[in-house]
Amino acid sequence: MNDTSTGHSNDKPRYTRLSGLEPLVITPELNFVNVGERTNVTGSARFKRLIMDGRFDEAVEVALQQVENGAQIIDVNMDEGLLDSEEAMVTFLNLIAGEPDIARVPVMVDSSKFSVIEAGLRCLQGKGVVNSISLKEGEEAFLEQARRIQLYGAAVVVMAFDEKGQADNAEHMVHCLERAYTLLTEQAGFEPEDIIFDPNIFPVATGMDEHNNYSMEFINATRELKKRFPHCHVSGGVSNMSFSFRGNTVVREAMHSVFLYHATKAGMDMGIVNAGQLEVYDDIDPELRELVEDVVLNRRDDATERLLDAADRYKGDGKKQEKDEAWREKPVAERLKYSLVKGIDKYVVEDTEEARQDYPTSLEVIEGPLMDGMNYVGDLFGDGRMFLPQVVKSARVMKKAVAHLIPYLEKEKKKGEKKGKVLMATVKGDVHDIGKNIVGVVLACNGFDILDLGVMVPTEKILDEARKADVDVIGLSGLITPSLDEMVSVAEAMTKAQFELPLMIGGATTSRAHTALRIDPCYDSPVVWVKDASRSVDVARKLSSKVNRAAYAEKIKADYAEYRERAATKKNRKPLISLENARANAFRPDWQAQQPDEPLKPGLHVIDSWPLNDLVQYIDWTPFFRTWELAGRYPDILDDEKVGEAASSLFKDAQEMLKRIVDEKWLTASAVCALLPAAAEGDDVLLYKDESRDEVLERLVCLRQQADKSSENLCLSDFVAPVDSGVPDWAGLFAVTAGGGIEEAAAALPENDDYADIMLKSLADRLAEALAEALHRKVRRELWGYSADEALDNDSLVAEKYRGIRPAPGYPACPDHSEKEKIFKLLDAPGRIGMTLTESFAMLPTAAVSGYYFGHPDSKYFVVGKLGRDQVEDFAKRKGISVEQAEKFLRPNIG
Amino acid sequence: MKSLKWHDPERVDQLFHALDQRILLLDGAMGTMIQQAKLSEADYAGSRFADHADLKGNNDLLTLTRPELVTDIHREFLKVGCDLIETNTFNANRISQSDYKLEELSEELNREAAKLASTACTEYSTDDKPRFVVGVLGPTSRTASISPDVSNPGYRNVDFAGLVDAYREATRGLLDGGSDLLMIETVFDTLNAKATIFAVEQEFERRGERWPLLISGTITDASGRTLSGQTPEAFYYSVAHARPLAVGFNCALGAEQLKAHVKSLSQVADCLVTAHPNAGLPNEFGEYDESPEIMARTIKTYAEDRLINIIGGCCGTTPAHLEAIGAAVSEFQPRPSPMKAIKERSAA
Repeated sequence: MNDTSTGHSNDKPRYTRLSGLEPLVITPELNFVNVGERTNVTGSARFKRLIMDGRFDEAVEVALQQVENGAQIIDVNMDEGLLDSEEAMVTFLNLIAGEPDIARVPVMVDSSKFSVIEAGLRCLQGKGVVNSISLKEGEEAFLEQARRIQLYGAAVVVMAFDEKGQADNAEHMVHCLERAYTLLTEQAGFEPEDIIFDPNIFPVATGMDEHNNYSMEFINATRELKKRFPHCHVSGGVSNMSFSFRGNTVVREAMHSVFLYHATKAGMDMGIVNAGQLEVYDDIDPELRELVEDVVLNRRDDATERLLDAADRYKGDGKKQEKDEAWREKPVAERLKYSLVKGIDKYVVEDTEEARQDYPTSLEVIEGPLMDGMNYVGDLFGDGRMFLPQVVKSARVMKKAVAHLIPYLEKEKKKGEKKGKVLMATVKGDVHDIGKNIVGVVLACNGFDILDLGVMVPTEKILDEARKADVDVIGLSGLITPSLDEMVSVAEAMTKAQFELPLMIGGATTSRAHTALRIDPCYDSPVVWVKDASRSVDVARKLSSKVNRAAYAEKIKADYAEYRERAATKKNRKPLISLENARANAFRPDWQAQQPDEPLKPGLHVIDSWPLNDLVQYIDWTPFFRTWELAGRYPDILDDEKVGEAASSLFKDAQEMLKRIVDEKWLTASAVCALLPAAAEGDDVLLYKDESRDEVLERLVCLRQQADKSSENLCLSDFVAPVDSGVPDWAGLFAVTAGGGIEEAAAALPENDDYADIMLKSLADRLAEALAEALHRKVRRELWGYSADEALDNDSLVAEKYRGIRPAPGYPACPDHSEKEKIFKLLDAPGRIGMTLTESFAMLPTAAVSGYYFGHPDSKYFVVGKLGRDQVEDFAKRKGISVEQAEKFLRPNIG
Repeated sequence: MKSLKWHDPERVDQLFHALDQRILLLDGAMGTMIQQAKLSEADYAGSRFADHADLKGNNDLLTLTRPELVTDIHREFLKVGCDLIETNTFNANRISQSDYKLEELSEELNREAAKLASTACTEYSTDDKPRFVVGVLGPTSRTASISPDVSNPGYRNVDFAGLVDAYREATRGLLDGGSDLLMIETVFDTLNAKATIFAVEQEFERRGERWPLLISGTITDASGRTLSGQTPEAFYYSVAHARPLAVGFNCALGAEQLKAHVKSLSQVADCLVTAHPNAGLPNEFGEYDESPEIMARTIKTYAEDRLINIIGGCCGTTPAHLEAIGAAVSEFQPRPSPMKAIKERSAA
């Protein structure tokens, strides 16, 4: 036997050899390996929904289609916060293992969590690919993971990410990956052919100049990598690059095709793509190809604008324009209906006028074509085929039509018969009205007469106005937890005043539980919790109907009584541990081993006017869609099969208004924060006046988890070094608002435009949250400075991947709203940035955030949860208030 | 994989030297030989397990209850020239032994079986013809990538972690008892084999040294695939990360039917190739009755085509078969393989 025998010698070409049921040897003849991307919850809204709904059979179909469409490997990703990703990965891989038509190809196990990757590898009989590992956490963690992968036998995708961050230029990309290569081959025993580089494909044409060269950076890095490491492969997630053209498939496919055309020439030989949807480079419309090429190759400064300008022309099948105007030829009633459904206000006045001349009276125009149209909108909404933002737009069109008719109506001296009259109010102490306004609009669209008393409405006023206006239903709204008690007070007052009107309860902190347990028992007439605006119509209809009301009320009363019974039996199931035992099980870091970082710039910092355009990048859009009752995570929601169209349209309108808010300075964003010497004393955090630590400025009273659990029973004070440790520590306070000038801005909006009004408020809320995020970042990097070199993109910010936390009173880690008073006082928020608190501790302006900063590396958000009687009493003592008062503050956490 | 030194570098050198010179002879079927002894329930149970019911057929238990019988079978194969002796441990893992409620014996069964094979090998070893103990890790009765429930394709009755635990224990026993090599054999589900590799590798790491590894799959029928559906090439790529000294196929088919698959493997394998087919296909009584002469004639064509480095027998093969096979391949050179690279790689 010898080494030079033919066929089996050592210098056999080194090809990557993968397998499913069948082998996949990546030879140069393959040119490009298609990795199917649709079995990825982060990339495919449809697949995500199937997995979330547990419809695994259909999810398996998606995998099959990918393979049938030419995927040579399938990428499987289950990274979704609401999912047990490991379990979903195992379930799905076990299922496709039983489908020979899918299992024949290798699997790429895709996750940012290594535990999910391992769970996946344990299901693969073939040799798959891991996607991905990187040097993000340093060499040790990288080698540990690499060796682990070796034990399972898989090739590996390495992402260009190191301790400094994700590489976005060719030099950094090559540097990261060369380092990874050396470690893998020299220390982890990897063969070069089992290494696949992912230098990072980022979106281009985003409007940010610094993004323009991203594709070229990838291409240049690819060329260099293939030169240095010819046995390795270069891959990437292609659809990411066209991210800013979501919704425009034609342009996106052209971008992918042009990108691949150039990247493969540079040596890219693998890619995560939608295997069924790759446009042929030569088949792209030459004009579009030119425009796209300008963007991909970064050939001219105005490339993005030019492509954006042209993009609409390539949307859909190109015939849309013609179709769009065809509806104008139809009879007037249909035109009105079309305008209402589509939310088009361009022709509504002229069409309404035309109808008015056709119909005997103006009232008949309203009750005829306009109400028909609105009823149709209501039906579509009820069926889930229209979504809230669209309905609000329809309402705007309706209002415009009615406004045109009002002078004629008054002349005709007749009044339309209404379905019912609903009084709406945000209760005393609370200032939040977005949700209430949405419900008002939806009810108005459905023919209800709305009497909106606004915010911070005292109980007496609600009762008086209800009597005066002879309403049929009272609707109470509130966002903060003290409002829950306020609603109970309203119900009690109504009982005392012998009211019999039905009560609707709504708002973010309200719940079926609270309504059933606390409000319903105080009032004999029906009390109904309304989950969201879409349910409000049905409920209001039943409550205001003379015929149905009694039966409905009886049913609701019975439901709530049953709920109370069940809650009572459930109560004793999970006993709490004593406060003493909870404290014994506190989180106790080794303060000597890891001394806290001293702030670089301690003391007070005031920023009067934070540039709004800087905040835009920090906006977390997902809650924005939630405000509008569109469920889904941004940006996937824009592509969602069900709500995608509504979400995209809303998002477009939001972008337009946001641009005006920023450009025309509608709002001002101000912030104040302070970093102070601090120490923990029991469950309290003491804040000192200065470094001498002699004078205590304030005592923050925190709450501790009392659930019987195996992990620690956390309290925010655990994250601060205790007084008796002798270790100096610090903590921070902050208050920010983006609501400066919002009253004026709202007043300047067109009259009757609820859509614009709600939009403005919801955007201001987002900007306030963005400001809180931006300020926290500044604190981490500059003011406290413990993460001076932190570089995170917005996704990581949203995912809270940084060190340190900024919990806000009223939220789960510190549910007591009243602590806000201390923050406002110490920071002098009213004097410095014009922020005030209501009697229920709601902040004004409403677009505001306030809270604490803790910097300990292990500090994290948690839920305090249920509190025992012992802690409530202890809390009262520490705060110097009565137990009764403490119970009021902590109501949602008791019992 | 961690870079580890050989457990016994001298012994490994002897093995590599022998593999360089000739086609090595692996032994034949332990089960067939035990069947011929026509043992009763009491023979299986011995005095130690006299109170334990239903032990008949638990061949691995004979290591403890009839050690002389097992050693004698090894001796018979050594007598006819076998170089590599497989331990009597095909089902000596926790999962298979749970069928007899003897899972706690797993480590002992493996350790003692390796000792018996070691005793026999020592008796017959000479400087010119060293004999080696091959510690056998069988497939278990369960599959990690196939659902036992037709109506619930996602269900599994064993998982990776469970397999790793069982094999870790078996490996410990085999190595403590003195195995010179390990063989993961009769692999009908490659995911089981990958779990075995994982366990073996972890045990190597714990000990800070490694042993040469053989991996042998099973092509179940004329489809030319493993039970879990893989082609020979896909099977090899799936286990290549273990850097085996040799890969091959055994069981299920006779030499005639197996040859094409061994050839497929031989074309892609970077390591040595091993095969131990059955004595033909089962007859109408489920017995393997191909004669030594006929089997040896087919095996001879394996050698002529230079497909193999190691040859042995599976179900139905007796010392007479191995003697005939040994004679048939003796005049041929082994399959050409990059010996130096394999040696380096399998130790890497």
